[in-house]
Amino acid sequence: MGSYVPSTDLERREMLSALGMHSEKELFEDISPQVRLKEELCLPKGMSELEVRRNIMGLANKNKVFSSVFRGAGAYRHFIPAIVKSVTSKESLLTAYTPYQPEISQGILQSIFEYQTMICELTGMDVSNASVYDGATAAAESIMMCQERKRSKVFISRTVNPFVLETVQTYCFGKNLELIIIPEQNGVTNLSFIENNVDAATACVYIQQPNFYGSFEDGEKIGELVHSAGAKYIMGVNPISLGIAKTPREYGADIAVGEGQPLGLPLSFGGPYLGFMATVDSMKRKLPGRIVGQTKDLNGKIGYVLTLQAREQHIRREKSSSNICSNEALCALAAGVYLSAMGESGLRKVAVQSMSKAHYLAERLGELGYRLVNKKEFFNEFVSESPKPISEVMNLLESRGILGGFPLRGENEGKILWCCTEMNSKDDIDELIRILQGV
Amino acid sequence: MLIFEKSREGREISLLPICDVPEVMLSPQFHRNMVLRLPEISENDLSRHYSEIGEKTYGVNQGAYPLGSCTMKYNPKINEELAGLTGFTEIHPLQKEDTVQGCLEVLSMLEKYLCEITGMTHFTMQPAAGAHGELTGLLMIKAFHHKRGDTKRTKIIIPDSAHGTNPASATMAGFETVTVPSDKDGGVDIEKLKEAIGNDTAGLMLTNPNTLGLFDKNIMEITNMIHDCGGINYYDGANLNAVMGIARPGDMGFDVIHVNLHKTFSAPHGGGGPGSGPVGCKKFLSEFLPSVRSEEEKGKFCFVKAENAIGEMKSFYGNFLVVVRALAYLMTLGREGVLQASEYAVLNANYMFHKLKDLYPPAYDRSCMHEFVFSLEKLKKETGVSALDIAKAMLDKGIHPPTMYFPLIVHEALMFEPTETESKETMDDMVQILRDLYEEAHTTPDILCNAPITTSVGRLNEVEAARNPILRYQSNDEKGAI
Amino acid sequence: MKILNDLFYSKFHEWIKFDGESAVVGLTDYAQSALGDIVFVNLPEIGDEVGVDGSFADVESVKAVSDIYTPVGGTVSAINEALLDAPEKINQDAYDAWLVKFENITERGELLRADEYKAYIESIQEEE
Repeated sequence: MGSYVPSTDLERREMLSALGMHSEKELFEDISPQVRLKEELCLPKGMSELEVRRNIMGLANKNKVFSSVFRGAGAYRHFIPAIVKSVTSKESLLTAYTPYQPEISQGILQSIFEYQTMICELTGMDVSNASVYDGATAAAESIMMCQERKRSKVFISRTVNPFVLETVQTYCFGKNLELIIIPEQNGVTNLSFIENNVDAATACVYIQQPNFYGSFEDGEKIGELVHSAGAKYIMGVNPISLGIAKTPREYGADIAVGEGQPLGLPLSFGGPYLGFMATVDSMKRKLPGRIVGQTKDLNGKIGYVLTLQAREQHIRREKSSSNICSNEALCALAAGVYLSAMGESGLRKVAVQSMSKAHYLAERLGELGYRLVNKKEFFNEFVSESPKPISEVMNLLESRGILGGFPLRGENEGKILWCCTEMNSKDDIDELIRILQGV
Repeated sequence: MLIFEKSREGREISLLPICDVPEVMLSPQFHRNMVLRLPEISENDLSRHYSEIGEKTYGVNQGAYPLGSCTMKYNPKINEELAGLTGFTEIHPLQKEDTVQGCLEVLSMLEKYLCEITGMTHFTMQPAAGAHGELTGLLMIKAFHHKRGDTKRTKIIIPDSAHGTNPASATMAGFETVTVPSDKDGGVDIEKLKEAIGNDTAGLMLTNPNTLGLFDKNIMEITNMIHDCGGINYYDGANLNAVMGIARPGDMGFDVIHVNLHKTFSAPHGGGGPGSGPVGCKKFLSEFLPSVRSEEEKGKFCFVKAENAIGEMKSFYGNFLVVVRALAYLMTLGREGVLQASEYAVLNANYMFHKLKDLYPPAYDRSCMHEFVFSLEKLKKETGVSALDIAKAMLDKGIHPPTMYFPLIVHEALMFEPTETESKETMDDMVQILRDLYEEAHTTPDILCNAPITTSVGRLNEVEAARNPILRYQSNDEKGAI
Repeated sequence: MKILNDLFYSKFHEWIKFDGESAVVGLTDYAQSALGDIVFVNLPEIGDEVGVDGSFADVESVKAVSDIYTPVGGTVSAINEALLDAPEKINQDAYDAWLVKFENITERGELLRADEYKAYIESIQEEE
């Protein structure tokens, strides 16, 4: 047992006597007996490091680690270069607070500035913030950025990731905003619904590119329709796809957001992940969260600081548009290392391989009667029908150490969302097919 | 030098094999035309770059970090090792329940620990940070009133000493903030609170001990007043480190609470995050909890969703690896360690406070809890040396400054929180440094006003940074093209 | 401390210059000095209606934001867009850097003449 308290009994007695006290209990006299705990907390006794290690390793061992993963749906198993973990384990970076004192935080500030630059490069946008919690909260925050007095209606496509949709719903409940879901047509966003319903009271329209089913949306046409109504156009993107795919800027988006987990972060049962947000210069003051800027010190030396802080909760309080304080700085650091290690050519390879393998898998599955559902071009995820009961398929794969595609729910019940990344070798795919042939 | 300036065309790291399936390309309609300027760099240069970044960053691992309201306690190494186990990091969040029993047990165990420490019935691990937890709790309050058809409750009462996140969260949840002032003892002004409450009160948000490091002696009267008028009491757990094992928010009349795993429960801050802000509540609010919780049934763990859940606050189940760290920490501490942590956090704070308050006037001169606030207004008048100058001079002495200019109700505020994991000699050193600086403020104020001089950069021009923001790197070529 | 004779002033430290049915409003030299380096100004939209003592804009310094309250009620008819790119103009010459023009003035709050405003500032400074 331990509480990481270094002071000895003797030292504590010295400290107490300096205060004119005999016991720690005297320190808490402001707490009335009425609210004081009468007995000890009902918690287990503390444990030694060895015991804690044994216990928690036991818990980790109860989970099943799949050697081959064909599931994405918002969390992706990509290759993570060794250098990423080596950097994020550096103790000064791991144990620093938000860089409130820039003179002794130039390292972390510079890393955020570099991250912001890389996110701008990826998305083609002008300005990025220092990160938010994850892709879903980035989507919700981006919608809050678009609120104007005469424009408050929010449109979001049915084809976005369900967690994104539900998170946006929760945030809209908070701000009392009307949220309209754009229906899906043939696995993509219904354009005529946008044309007929997005109007002068609309704040923004949110779509995902490629969408939840892996298909590319007609991003250009949607942009034209949204802008002709004077609303803001928000695009959620998979950052890996941007190694080859058209940027939100090229589609005319006003804000680009997304889940940064594919950029060097492990699956980790869903978190911590990384929400990235970038926008055009004219909307930079509406961005939530920390932003790092470059400036100079008294001697003209270049340095970095948290800037545009008067937007934020600690200054603007109830008038600030977001409450975000802690972000995902260490995850943003990982993404920065990942993108530097990959470079443009590496990221392109990851994108091309992920896409190519998904197409190879789709073709092989099609041969077995897992008919491809996507009617539009897709990236590294696609939907198939299942000729066999899905639970049977998944259980068989599981017994062979393979995590199969994600069984869809709701209207798409009975279909499977498959995913490939560069981690799925041709041999792994062929093995999957062989197993499925045996069902 | 920025990573982009170290980039040389043609350099790369060999990371991926060649593609072993036929390559497929995007059609031109969806193909990127913009250039993508990422660094091209060797692994050696990349590694050195981040070594330099690391060296130019000060963490708890470098030295004392008495940043008030941030609870910068030591981040145990075992927690990092355990959070890095592949049995956690390689688990897909959408795996079937029977393949993630270990993860579900982690969630369930931490929930039990947190319930016991805070006096709540259930917890959700989904919120990713303290502010995210505040929004979650407030939306649950909103859902509670709405379900009863009580939609006129639109106001949240918040003391003027509160963190800025409190009123900002209230706005995000669609509430109006009513600010109540502090009384002469630094607590909530009861008379003003009486005036503020009514049948439009949705609830109260309170940090106790508050941001002045003071435990509100009238806490039961306050929470009862809110309950009597039909409101809900929200506890901001930012300062929970002062009272673990001593008093529980649930016993003080609070109904819903968030805790910060990255403060009280020793998870590292990572230069700003990731954090984790689990939200707990009493039974009558459980039906509104977001996301899913893990529950044990016949020796098997499964996800359960609350009947009237407010929805999802983010993807999946929270910052799971931070939850693992907090669990490892609480297993280590156990019931006696949890109590010790709070007792010694408060002892350390009072010791430092006592050793300094003859020179630095306390904002409120009563015994403090885990943190304390000085006002340097008098020093500034006498010497021209401000709270900022003292903070910057501390940098030259090798310690991290306290929180500056917060809470807003104290002029020239410096707020110290040594935490329980600093030794007596570390605190004695800090005390001596601060006493020396007080002297220097009177003898050589100019030196303090120009501090720091030993850091990699001096004071930075924040005015210029805000007036003409440079928020990304651009090469000279790009700048020329604009 | 610069105070111009031909202007009216408010206790919130705005100056007002009337021109028939309309008025121009800006921050006083005392206000800009107290606020320090101004880094951004949030201005209202043309057509906004504001009542006396209502907040119609705010100014940001590095670590603070301050609401600006109008001493007259009316409709915003023009905003000084030059300040959006160069807020430092307020620090340089507060009486040149007008913020907003109001038309259709519906009401006037408590307004001070130059000598009264000077005395008011002196009384505040004595308190400090």
